[in-house]
Amino acid sequence: MSYLPEYTPADVTPPQMFLNRRALIAGAAALTVASPARAGSPYSTDEVPNTFEDITTYNNYYEFGYDKADPAAYAGKLKTDPWSVVVDGLVDNPGTYSLSDLIAGQPIEERIYRFRCVEAWSMIVPWQGFQLSGLLQKLGVQAGAKYVAFETIVRPDEMPGISGSMIDWPYREGLRLDEAMHPLTIMATGLYGKPMPNQNGAPIRLIVPWKYGFKSVKAIVRISLVAEQPVTTWNTLAANEYGFYANVNPEVDHPRWSQASERRIGGGLFAGRIDTVKFNGYGDQVASLYTGQDLTKDY
Amino acid sequence: MLNAINQTARRIPAYTIYIAGIALAAWVIFSSLSTPDPAKVLERTLGTRGLQILIATLCITPLRWYGVNLLKFRRALGLMGFMFIALHLTTWVVLDLALRWSEILTELTKRPFIIVGMLAFVALIPLAVTSNNAMIERLGALRWKRLHWLAYPATLAGAVHFVMIGKVYTLESALYFAAVAGLLIARRLKARKKALQTA
Repeated sequence: MSYLPEYTPADVTPPQMFLNRRALIAGAAALTVASPARAGSPYSTDEVPNTFEDITTYNNYYEFGYDKADPAAYAGKLKTDPWSVVVDGLVDNPGTYSLSDLIAGQPIEERIYRFRCVEAWSMIVPWQGFQLSGLLQKLGVQAGAKYVAFETIVRPDEMPGISGSMIDWPYREGLRLDEAMHPLTIMATGLYGKPMPNQNGAPIRLIVPWKYGFKSVKAIVRISLVAEQPVTTWNTLAANEYGFYANVNPEVDHPRWSQASERRIGGGLFAGRIDTVKFNGYGDQVASLYTGQDLTKDY
Repeated sequence: MLNAINQTARRIPAYTIYIAGIALAAWVIFSSLSTPDPAKVLERTLGTRGLQILIATLCITPLRWYGVNLLKFRRALGLMGFMFIALHLTTWVVLDLALRWSEILTELTKRPFIIVGMLAFVALIPLAVTSNNAMIERLGALRWKRLHWLAYPATLAGAVHFVMIGKVYTLESALYFAAVAGLLIARRLKARKKALQTA
């Protein structure tokens, strides 16, 4: 079973070519002759992606341990094939879907997004995925549905961080329906042209680039369309620190640290910081979702 | 067993601790360089090692009650602990917050865990400054001893700072806190017993 029906590793743009993206665009006419045309998504940033190594060795995935190196060390044990996803709640087509059935017909494309962690670090990641809106249309959202809730798999035998932690598993996250339907919101099945590495949330995860990373739930096994705002893991653990919305916002500090700036991973010991941009720089596309909301209250 | 430890300790000069401490700091810096987020890794590792060394320093006195005499290493250990904490703070200011002074000032005034950590560091300064024979003579043994009681609240504040950083409470942070609290209580009980005996 493939998570990437439209790409094989042979189609991958090698990392060194990403680094030459601007030169590549300049020479696009010549290159299109040599390689199949693959227009970049207008939703992608032209910032240089982090290396595959950075993206796959620096992860928060507490089911595998608290340390950021733990997921890379232990996630290999997680079996992601076969994989099924329960779809329930206010949908026309509920059921237990195999992964291939779930994503069948969804056009997978590359999205190079900024990824901003609530811990004030950030990366640029070339994801492959499809818009969640397409999947929700296929599933048939019923009139009463206002939110989408997600759950991550719980397999204590394959996820050594689960036992002995104080978190009430499964990991739960959710979006308001309009956020879920936004074209920037994707279900990602790969990165750098490869199937999603286990430590990054294989086989399928959410990516919401204008929100802190913890909203982008990994290894999804349940998608529920619901009427009420769903219970979410970090919000339950510390409601004053992690809100339901969790939009990237330099004006609203985390109670224990400033969100005004961030460390961009990959720059080395003396990289310093860059200013954090509201909605992680996606404000033009998403700010209108929150018209009339006080984002200092709905943080 | 105790004799063997004491005899080995007698043969090892105290300056070994300085060499080992500086070598460890160099290794911590070097090994952080190959990680994706070196500034954060360095900051965390230096802080954790500093706290561990300070806790080890506090263990020297209770170990003597059980016949293990490592007293000659205590000053060197304490100073190495201070060095790690000073490097930890420097890393936070220079590499993590990258000298963004307005943000640093905000952190120092608004974040309880930063304030607690900073208080711990400030409390360590007079201890480091007076960790030499000349200062013991100048202060007199009694006043010096009283001053160095500060090592307990300072290390305790360091352990509290460590607990407060975590997004969730971990066993590691709980153990550091329990260790310092246990050492402080043990010292208190011993002092009380002594006071009762002499009374």
